[in-house]
Amino acid sequence: MCLGVPAQIVEVADREGGLATVDVSGVRRAVNVALVDEPDAPIEPGDWVLVHVGFALARIDEEEARETLELLRRGAELERELEEMRKGTVR
Amino acid sequence: MKYVDEYRDPALARSLAAEIASLVTPGEVVRVMEVCGGHTHAIYRHGLEELLPPEVELVHGPGCPVCVIPMGRVDDAIAIAETEGVTLATFGDMLRVPGGSGSLLQAQARGADVRMVYSPLDALELARREPDRHVCFFAIGFETTAPATAITLLRARAQELSNFSVFCNHVLIEPPLRAILETPGLRVDAFIGPGHVSSVIGSDAYRFIPEEYGRPVVVSAFEPIDLLQSIAMLLRQRIDGRCEVENQYTRVVRPEGNPRALAAIAETMEPREDFEWRGLGVLPASALRLREPFAAFDAERLFALPGARIEDPKACRCGEVLTGQIKPWECGVFGTACTPERPLGTCMVSSEGACAAYFSYGRLRRPREEAGVGA
Repeated sequence: MCLGVPAQIVEVADREGGLATVDVSGVRRAVNVALVDEPDAPIEPGDWVLVHVGFALARIDEEEARETLELLRRGAELERELEEMRKGTVR
Repeated sequence: MKYVDEYRDPALARSLAAEIASLVTPGEVVRVMEVCGGHTHAIYRHGLEELLPPEVELVHGPGCPVCVIPMGRVDDAIAIAETEGVTLATFGDMLRVPGGSGSLLQAQARGADVRMVYSPLDALELARREPDRHVCFFAIGFETTAPATAITLLRARAQELSNFSVFCNHVLIEPPLRAILETPGLRVDAFIGPGHVSSVIGSDAYRFIPEEYGRPVVVSAFEPIDLLQSIAMLLRQRIDGRCEVENQYTRVVRPEGNPRALAAIAETMEPREDFEWRGLGVLPASALRLREPFAAFDAERLFALPGARIEDPKACRCGEVLTGQIKPWECGVFGTACTPERPLGTCMVSSEGACAAYFSYGRLRRPREEAGVGA
């Protein structure tokens, strides 16, 4: 559960409420971006963030995001995290 | 070196390994504690020890939030889950942690409404959709996870939900580190600081380690190359006669942390007088509880909890594993009575636990240590 997973912002659905839709390796879900959305550098679709338990903890660049995803994929951690995301998301 | 070709830059990994080998004095063992369970997992998953000279010994720290929750708190969560009309929501890893009277998964099998959620936001959504039930989120985690619970509480208050609560078990990283640093006969020479916790609290939060205890710290990211780089940085500090906090994970960690995350924690939670830790005993001001203005969301005030202190099973040596005193394979039940499928101790439950990492990646015993290098 302590993993930080790279996710790409698809849509900032509710900036006031801090909610954005992200894509993690094909799985989409709503995450809270309040901790990384700066007034002078607003979070935008296409940006990459590190997501932990449904919250964006930090912004990361695309290269780092792709490298981390590849590593998590090889180690099977990504699959596990996506499984938890699918099973544990209340829709 | 069967793993190294899988690294993102095998040539860099080899050159870092060579650099590390050049930074040690033959026969002089440097014991490096990786505080974070995510690091422990990465080290074993990627076979990092194979790249290190025998003079660098990795010691596993207390930074696995599932592993440090005492059995009594699991029993409290089960009592909440077994209350009529209540749904208990928590992370998948917590479901299998054994309490004094079984795990949450076993309570679920007996009919309790226990649900796995990915995020505290999912627990909140559950409460919104099922207004006739009370939804309690069993919150665990270090400062990495506490902001998620804090923001969820702020949203619950804004939405004026009256059927949502939090059973708060958030813990702080500094007190267990101090407890380890104050252990008589401490055999840890340097620390690899956690990555994601540090994105919240900042790298400056570890300055007490060099300043008060004379041990260097390098805050590290999670990839094998990052960890190798961090180990090299620690060794270089020793050679240069420096002792300070350095940050290898500057792409995510700032010296001051994330002020918004810290503000959300401070608004909703305050330190408890003390908290019981698995393996470390009762540590003062080592965990968080909800502040008075959030009393309406505080499961500890809403439910009558057993609150019992339950001794760990005698055969289980998680405490010594969590404080780096023994390696997992030195525990008598490791891999026999205690396995990831049927865990006896918490370190075998979470994939970030040292025992689960050793078990999953075949480190049943370490021939190098048996040979007595540096013992």
